[in-house]
Amino acid sequence: MRWQNTIKVSFRSILKNRMRSFLTSLGIIIGVAAVIIMVAIGEGAQKEIRDNIQTLGANLLMVFPAARNVGGVSQGWGSFNRLTMEDANVLERQARLVQGISPMIRVRAQVIGGGVNWSTTISGVSVSYLLIRDWGIAEGEFFTERDILSRNKVAVIGKTVADNLFPDQDPVGQRIRVNNTPMKIIGLLKEKGKDSRGQDQDDVLLSPSTTVLYRFRDGRFIDMIYASAVSPLMINAAQEEMGRILRDAHKINTGESDDFTVFNQSELIETLSATTRTLTLLLGAIAGVSLIVGGIGIMNIMLVSVTERTREIGIRMSIGARESDVMTQFLTEAVTLSMSGGLIGILVSLVGSRILTQMTQIKTLVNPSIVLVAVVFSAAVGIFFGFYPARKAAALHPIDALRYE
Amino acid sequence: MPPVIRIQNLVKTYLMGDIEVHALKGVNLTVEKGEYLAVMGASGSGKSTLMNLIGCLDHPTSGEYYLDGINVNELSRNRYADIRNQKIGFVFQGFNLLARTSALENVELPIFYDRVHNIKDPRAKALAALEKVGLADRMHHEPNQLSGGQQQRVAIARALVNNPSIVLADEPTGNLDSNTSIEVMEIFQKLNAQGITILMVTHENDISRYARRIVEMRDGLVIRDHPVNARRSAEEDLQALKAAAAESLS
Repeated sequence: MRWQNTIKVSFRSILKNRMRSFLTSLGIIIGVAAVIIMVAIGEGAQKEIRDNIQTLGANLLMVFPAARNVGGVSQGWGSFNRLTMEDANVLERQARLVQGISPMIRVRAQVIGGGVNWSTTISGVSVSYLLIRDWGIAEGEFFTERDILSRNKVAVIGKTVADNLFPDQDPVGQRIRVNNTPMKIIGLLKEKGKDSRGQDQDDVLLSPSTTVLYRFRDGRFIDMIYASAVSPLMINAAQEEMGRILRDAHKINTGESDDFTVFNQSELIETLSATTRTLTLLLGAIAGVSLIVGGIGIMNIMLVSVTERTREIGIRMSIGARESDVMTQFLTEAVTLSMSGGLIGILVSLVGSRILTQMTQIKTLVNPSIVLVAVVFSAAVGIFFGFYPARKAAALHPIDALRYE
Repeated sequence: MPPVIRIQNLVKTYLMGDIEVHALKGVNLTVEKGEYLAVMGASGSGKSTLMNLIGCLDHPTSGEYYLDGINVNELSRNRYADIRNQKIGFVFQGFNLLARTSALENVELPIFYDRVHNIKDPRAKALAALEKVGLADRMHHEPNQLSGGQQQRVAIARALVNNPSIVLADEPTGNLDSNTSIEVMEIFQKLNAQGITILMVTHENDISRYARRIVEMRDGLVIRDHPVNARRSAEEDLQALKAAAAESLS
């Protein structure tokens, strides 16, 4: 039979039982919509993480102390803090592929000022820190190389700190006490927002690295080193260069494991999105189960349809329909049911994910490829679950089918 | 030119559970082109089985069957379907039209399963077939909007649309009243006069007398095969009926 007629016949028989066809497709509609929305939520989360990490700064590289390997026994993450100010200085002197190096020493501290107090993180950094983090000064100024050399007690504060300590006043020029050490606020940072873990990046007080290291810590080890590659293309090369310099500085022989780790931003993104990707897959798989349930619904209705139309099958066979004609007809019908369910499901998911985003702030990202996958999958469901009923119809004996009451 | 149908020693045995039913026990039959046969017999005589075998709806247990000179016993199921499409036109007792499908579309159906010819305008061809049975004006009606006689005429048009070698009619008047039966017989006689070969199964004596030749069956065998004496003309019978009806009115 010509394919146009096959399609026409399947549409007609689907439209003959509107309610039944709709309920049958509903399984597929819900399945497809669920898969797309679930995956959209997962991908939305992934995109958010990526965007947030990008706010860390341009071409960011980070050096962390790593697990030490003593006699073949790994001592675990951060088991031995081996990063020092000297490491940062060595990198500053020798690294050619980075445009800024900053040590990072973090101390949790109580800040008193403006008659109130506020607990925040004191970060000891170098003058390159703003460049590395792609940050800027809103008011006042940042500290200088001189402040670092002389361990000056100056501070640049984030918006959150300013809002809490000096809600009605200009914070720049104010005096504060940090863990009983008097300091002077010389600048206010631009607002940066939350990071990938939802932490407020504006709840921070920046001070010269030396000030924090020697006045708030014992002066030995720093927490990590920030660096910025000269260009996005140079990130990997810079990462390698930094590793080489640090290995030399730490006198690590070839074959021995590093006692530090250089991370770049894409690795960080990779690590974080691996988790969400697993989650996305899980959500998609759970939703996929409903698609299979929908397919079983199609199979059920197709079996009923074959029985109801036994006589029609007999008539068609008596006027020359081959088994393959009958088979194709019922398969087309099953696929038409599942595909139209799939298409409606896509529409539902597009509207649904938008509503979801508006109502719950959950970010969703509908990927065109998942839509394509949904269409292909719903067609596959139709073929798979339509096959048995179609086979059953085609295997009917014309005489029995004609006699069927 | 070979006969349309040549059957030699055709046997059909069914298995009903453990019991063998010998529906046909060795039938011989030859039908030439242009004949109009009535196959008669009581129920269980094997006439329907013979019809199904001639119609290529079923394979015989043994024996030979040549349709247009082709030994169809040896053909695959797919070729069987093609033979039904190309060489056989079925007319059933219960009409067997597709419900909720217009007369025209019902008649078009065999054209869509035609794998041999690529017919450019199936609609025109179906309409021509409907015209032959005088139902062109009802082409958009669905079966439930047509009378029994009209439905059977649509079925006849469907049987004719692919120009078959033979029209097989299984109790074509079984569901019709006597007037309508004669109307259907009139169409058959007209078609036969145009050279179309017809094989009709019936158990009604007066219906069989519209054919040219009667084959009587009993217990799976042909017991008599003779030309029709005093053949009836459906056209004349209809005119007589009309005249009688007009008389009773006046």
